[in-house]
Amino acid sequence: MIIKIDNLTKCFGDFTAVDHITFSVGKGEIFGFLGANGAGKTTAMRMFCGLSKPTSGEGRVAGYDIAKQPEMVKKNIGYMSQKFSLYEDLKVWENIRLFAGIYGLDGKQISRKTDITLKRIGLMNEKNTLVKELPLGWKQKLAFSVAIFHEPKIVFLDEPTGGVDPIARRQFWEMIYEAAEKGITVFVTTHYMDEAEYCNRVSIMVDGRIKVLDTPGRLKDRFHAKNMDEVFRQLAR
Amino acid sequence: MIMKKKNNSQFFAFVRKEFYHIFRDVRTMLVIIGIPVIQILLIGFAISTEVKNVEVAVYDPSNDEVTNRIINQMDASEYFNVTRRLKSANEADEVFKKGQTGLVVVFCEGFGERLYHTGDAAIQLLIDASDPNHGTTVSSYAGSVIAGYQQELLQETNVPVRINPEIRMLYNPEMRSAYNFVPGLMGMIFMLVCAMMTSVAIVREKESGTMEVLLVSPVKPIYVVISKLVPYFIISWVIFIIILLLSVFVLGVPISGSLVWLNIFALIFIIVALSLGLLISTVVKTQVAAILASGMGLIMPVMILSGYVFPIESMPPILQWISGIIPARWFVSGAKKLIIEGVPVRFVLKEMLILLGMAILIITVSLRNIKTRLE
Amino acid sequence: MKDDVTIINCQLINKAQALKDVSFEVKKGEIFGLIGPDGAGKTTLFRILTSLISADSGQATVDGLDVATDFRELRKHIGYMPGRFSLYQDLSVEENLQFFATIFNTTVEENYYLIQDIYKQIEPFKRRRAGKLSGGMKQKLALSCALIHKPVVLFLDEPTTGVDPVSRKEFWEMLKKLKTEGVTIVVSTPYMDEAQLCDRIALIQHGKILSVETPEKIIAGFPKKLYQAHSENNYLLLLEVRKNPEVKSAFMSGEYLHIVFNGEADETVPNLKEIGPSIEDCFVYLIEN
Repeated sequence: MIIKIDNLTKCFGDFTAVDHITFSVGKGEIFGFLGANGAGKTTAMRMFCGLSKPTSGEGRVAGYDIAKQPEMVKKNIGYMSQKFSLYEDLKVWENIRLFAGIYGLDGKQISRKTDITLKRIGLMNEKNTLVKELPLGWKQKLAFSVAIFHEPKIVFLDEPTGGVDPIARRQFWEMIYEAAEKGITVFVTTHYMDEAEYCNRVSIMVDGRIKVLDTPGRLKDRFHAKNMDEVFRQLAR
Repeated sequence: MIMKKKNNSQFFAFVRKEFYHIFRDVRTMLVIIGIPVIQILLIGFAISTEVKNVEVAVYDPSNDEVTNRIINQMDASEYFNVTRRLKSANEADEVFKKGQTGLVVVFCEGFGERLYHTGDAAIQLLIDASDPNHGTTVSSYAGSVIAGYQQELLQETNVPVRINPEIRMLYNPEMRSAYNFVPGLMGMIFMLVCAMMTSVAIVREKESGTMEVLLVSPVKPIYVVISKLVPYFIISWVIFIIILLLSVFVLGVPISGSLVWLNIFALIFIIVALSLGLLISTVVKTQVAAILASGMGLIMPVMILSGYVFPIESMPPILQWISGIIPARWFVSGAKKLIIEGVPVRFVLKEMLILLGMAILIITVSLRNIKTRLE
Repeated sequence: MKDDVTIINCQLINKAQALKDVSFEVKKGEIFGLIGPDGAGKTTLFRILTSLISADSGQATVDGLDVATDFRELRKHIGYMPGRFSLYQDLSVEENLQFFATIFNTTVEENYYLIQDIYKQIEPFKRRRAGKLSGGMKQKLALSCALIHKPVVLFLDEPTTGVDPVSRKEFWEMLKKLKTEGVTIVVSTPYMDEAQLCDRIALIQHGKILSVETPEKIIAGFPKKLYQAHSENNYLLLLEVRKNPEVKSAFMSGEYLHIVFNGEADETVPNLKEIGPSIEDCFVYLIEN
């Protein structure tokens, strides 16, 4: 198990943001972590990434205890969010070198892998382009490649496709499948319920608790819904 | 009529919202009010009015009965201690530089004789006036010791004599007192509150995207801007009153000019500062740029070139000329005249007209710069 | 022709956000969707129509008023919620709402019925500062503020980006309510399920309008047969299907692959089944061809 969460809880004063959640995610799995705004997703994600200390409960990510070994957790995960992923005023290859350097890769490895990566996502011609000049869809692809550049065991994607058009989204999901095929576990949050259907399994969080956790197909059967959007609305109301 | 009423209520809604912004940012409020209060208090502590046991050096080439009596009386007074006798008048500078001596008394040659024969003798008082308040007090105490002796002599001999003390204030010939900081401080605070705060407040709306909504709304852009100025106008005036009250009751600055004109004069300057803030806000796009522009472009020059820190008279001509385009320079000079010198308003007419001219010019330029569109 | 929004030949040459010969008309009381990828020129178009920037050439009228010359009058009739719209963080919920009502010449009470479904959820916190609300509540407040005045035409630039599906649903219910009040709504969205809720949609790419149609007609206009397929490992299946020269395009779409063949369908693909296309399939097809 790459992620194993056991009764994890986070309180801010009287307010319980994350309330005894328990689940686990296996190697190479694409796991959708859904919930309404304010349901506690962001707080939970912060704990999984070792950024925030749980109030109680236990969690292991990539084999390390999120409360006791947050530094080891950070070294073994990749992270990408919609709000911050790349430095806009750096060139494409400068961004790659920077983030690869942060994860301790050496110069030779970086330059060799940079070309491979850029070729694979079709951005070889844009190697020397400033990131701010790229279309949003390309930025997201690049950001994802950067997030998995150091070959982490798991990558956390926080609303990675917000504001991206359908074509770019479909391509983005192909990249996710490709990464999963290579054995990288993908942990993703999204507000697009059609995207939830790409996931192997999804959990839906309501008021700090995980209400349901199953494959999209079984959830739709159980709630007699024709798509995940209906499932979500039945639960979150 | 109904339309007009609606416009008014929109305008007040804006002003009210602006006050909410200001009063809810408690920290900034404290800084704005705190800076003048702290500065006034610091100046208050820096001014020492107590004068006791001032060390006195004497150059007495005549060394006669009269000079000795004067020296003894001075030594006997609680204010003075005669500690040194100088061999020449030129040594005066040296003892001052050593720092302990506060007063050098120089008698002319044959002091006693000239006094008895001509009834007129010269005595020079050299005073360290680097602390102007202190210097003035020393001068008046020394003068009263000499006047006292003159009185004695008159009773003893019935001869009307006149001792003419020639007083020279060293190191600060213009007697720039700490009071002079008050107008400069006002000038700086107004730049801070009016120019910096308003420009930041307007640019903040550009940054947060709310400006787009306001531009599209039926509210005229000029109302949006003016409603931002109103609260800062009021706050500046309140701060002006606070500085004035503190100056009078803490520093003991005697406000000798007309209070009404002083207020009118200050309000004109506040309008100049507000329009400068407006001008900045029409040019820059981010809050950081607004702070930099108003900080480096307005507040720094006020500190350096307005006569707040360095006297304008001692600047090189080119800087004097540059200082002429800085509104605060005219405010400081006018406010000094009204507060400290207490002259009638006609003597600050020049300053007032220059500031009015500047206000009209800057307002015209910035109003032309206010855009009804985004580009 | 007394349409609410009329665009005639509106050109804007402005680096990446160029609009080229954009022409469309919006009917009174319609919900008109602008759908297109990031950087297609949607925001530029909104800014021209709300008189925030001017077009390089061409003419546009909104509610019969020219956006270039009659903008003062125009601004009394329209409402606009920009994409990166934010509230005043240091004003309370109530104060924000009141402020936006006042500047648009209305009162909260007058139009409360329009927003009550969403606003009543945040009303318990009405004295709380907007900056201290949770992300979801902030969105609800922003939506309430955008709708509190009942303009003739309402422009909404990606109003639901980053909003969860439940709030999005509620938001669209409010839009429908506005529509019954006769308000014309021009809205952009990256969500294809929302495109389906518009009366008509314009697909826009690289500053050009590809088509203006009702969602039904766009779907009916899909020129090929669309198939779905799935297997144990969809990714490997996708790679396999793409090798087939008969396949025009193949994409992942949730649990299935969506496949369009050049000619006859290849029946050897596992679990192959013909399906009706969604707006998203049409959008992808239009943009790729």
